[in-house]
Amino acid sequence: MTQGILVIAEHRQQALRPVSLELVTAAQGVRGAFGDKVTVAVIGKGARSHESALSVAGVDELVFVETPDTEFEADTWEAAVTALAEELKPAVVLVAHSVDSMAFAAGLAVKRGWGYATDVFGLAEDGGALVATRGGYGQKLNVELEFPGRETVLAAVRGGSFKPPQQPGSPAARDLAFAAPKARTRSVAYIEPPSTGDIDMTTREFILSVGRGVGEQDNIERFRELADALGASLGCSRPVADSGWLPKSRQIGQSGKTAASCKLYVAMGISGAIQHLAGMKHVETVVAVNTDPNASIFTVARYGVVGDMFEIADELEKQLG
Amino acid sequence: MKILVAVKRVAALEEDFEIRDDGRDVDPDFLNFDLNEWDDYSLETAVQIKEAAGDGVEVVAVTVGPDDADEVLRKCLAKGADRALRVWDDALEEADPIAIARVLAAVAQKEKPDLLLAGTQSSDHGHAATGIALSALLDWPHAAVVAALDFKPGSATALVQRELEGGLLQSVEVQTPAVLTIQLGINTPRYASLRGIKQAASRPIETATPQELGVADDALGAAGSHSRVRRMYVPEKGRAQMIEGSAAEKAARLIQIIREATGA
Repeated sequence: MTQGILVIAEHRQQALRPVSLELVTAAQGVRGAFGDKVTVAVIGKGARSHESALSVAGVDELVFVETPDTEFEADTWEAAVTALAEELKPAVVLVAHSVDSMAFAAGLAVKRGWGYATDVFGLAEDGGALVATRGGYGQKLNVELEFPGRETVLAAVRGGSFKPPQQPGSPAARDLAFAAPKARTRSVAYIEPPSTGDIDMTTREFILSVGRGVGEQDNIERFRELADALGASLGCSRPVADSGWLPKSRQIGQSGKTAASCKLYVAMGISGAIQHLAGMKHVETVVAVNTDPNASIFTVARYGVVGDMFEIADELEKQLG
Repeated sequence: MKILVAVKRVAALEEDFEIRDDGRDVDPDFLNFDLNEWDDYSLETAVQIKEAAGDGVEVVAVTVGPDDADEVLRKCLAKGADRALRVWDDALEEADPIAIARVLAAVAQKEKPDLLLAGTQSSDHGHAATGIALSALLDWPHAAVVAALDFKPGSATALVQRELEGGLLQSVEVQTPAVLTIQLGINTPRYASLRGIKQAASRPIETATPQELGVADDALGAAGSHSRVRRMYVPEKGRAQMIEGSAAEKAARLIQIIREATGA
């Protein structure tokens, strides 16, 4: 019989990643049905350093698992979560849907026989069983998953889906003795994205971004001029940066920049992959222009235009004089 | 030296579509299929390793899918794969990413590659699970979300750069054989030449059933899955207010919205 919820906190370069606290809120939603205890575990060398940041309402217990290295290593994390699970026998395990969890969570589910779902943005209980909601077909549909016959379910939760708890708490805290396995990968170094001397997109208040719909490099200049005429900074989605049409420093999204100061975001020819939305969906006013009426960008937009970005650009240019 | 590249035929919705009667998926009549975008990059990664080595590297593309999935394998052959293999049984219809990985693991056990590449995720459902589930089934070292790869055939390790959030890269040394999940942007995938496409059309595609590969019945399809789709539905459209009219009218309204938001 499994019981309780185990949350795996995520950190990098000695800083707790904000999604860790969002997981605490996600856990509250399934509390009760799957046991009443929420345990948050921190894995890594110096795990205790995150104790105060994680002492928030909704956490019953903090468990620290010391490992040889401060930074993430897939084999070590998998073994540490296994050790935690053997002791706690949780009904639900929550991790962030992140680049780090992508490196170990699926393997853990395979080896432990756990139910498994990724990029989950909703968790609910129905008839005593866990139901996880995620996107399907390029986020155009919602998909509900169930986990028949699984005593434990591991869910990787999408960042930004839950608000972090606002109230402090005073959870119990302890260490879990752990012998790390011999790791088969070794973290050599972090490499910061090169500073290009370009403008900092995180400080821009008005961004006009172009996506795959821009079609080819020769069309970029025209949208740069349109952005200038409107008083916007030109940004882009991943395919444009990967093609080298705009520098990586202009890319908005999970692996690029977050439009942190942006108040107005105009997305042209951007379908709205979840990785792009992660960098801009919080913006107060999002305007989207896309030929596909089902494009997921319209789920986060305040104003939508179904139409060809070039035709709209023609008209904008004409009317701006 | 052999590189196995796992590829997927992904599905995209047509503009108008219908959900199946049981509510658990889309009616396949309303789907368009193509090679997963991420897999185009992992195939290119394998072909570049082969070309740099001169000779002695075999690139094998494998997919789990019905007859129609041959088209994505032909694309792989046209772009430089040496062999293509397709595995299918109707019982796999209900397979989740882990059940797919069980079939791919059986292929890997037979093919014994030195490196196994998979896309970081698929463009249709984006589980980002198959490659790493596969590494666990094989008990191989692994790295996820690889944006750069330095690997010389015969070497006991590969040096990769994982692309983390915010564009930060983590350089990681991985023992081989390994499973690597490949991220977009690691290279620029080539277009298939007309000659390549022509030749690929007449080359054989090897086929096998999971049973022939030794996948047990209790690991097949729904039985080997760690999740089950209960329901699919169209989400609320959110708060988007759609602007109607001619292109001129739409543009005029956009300028108005922009002026209001910027206070200009």
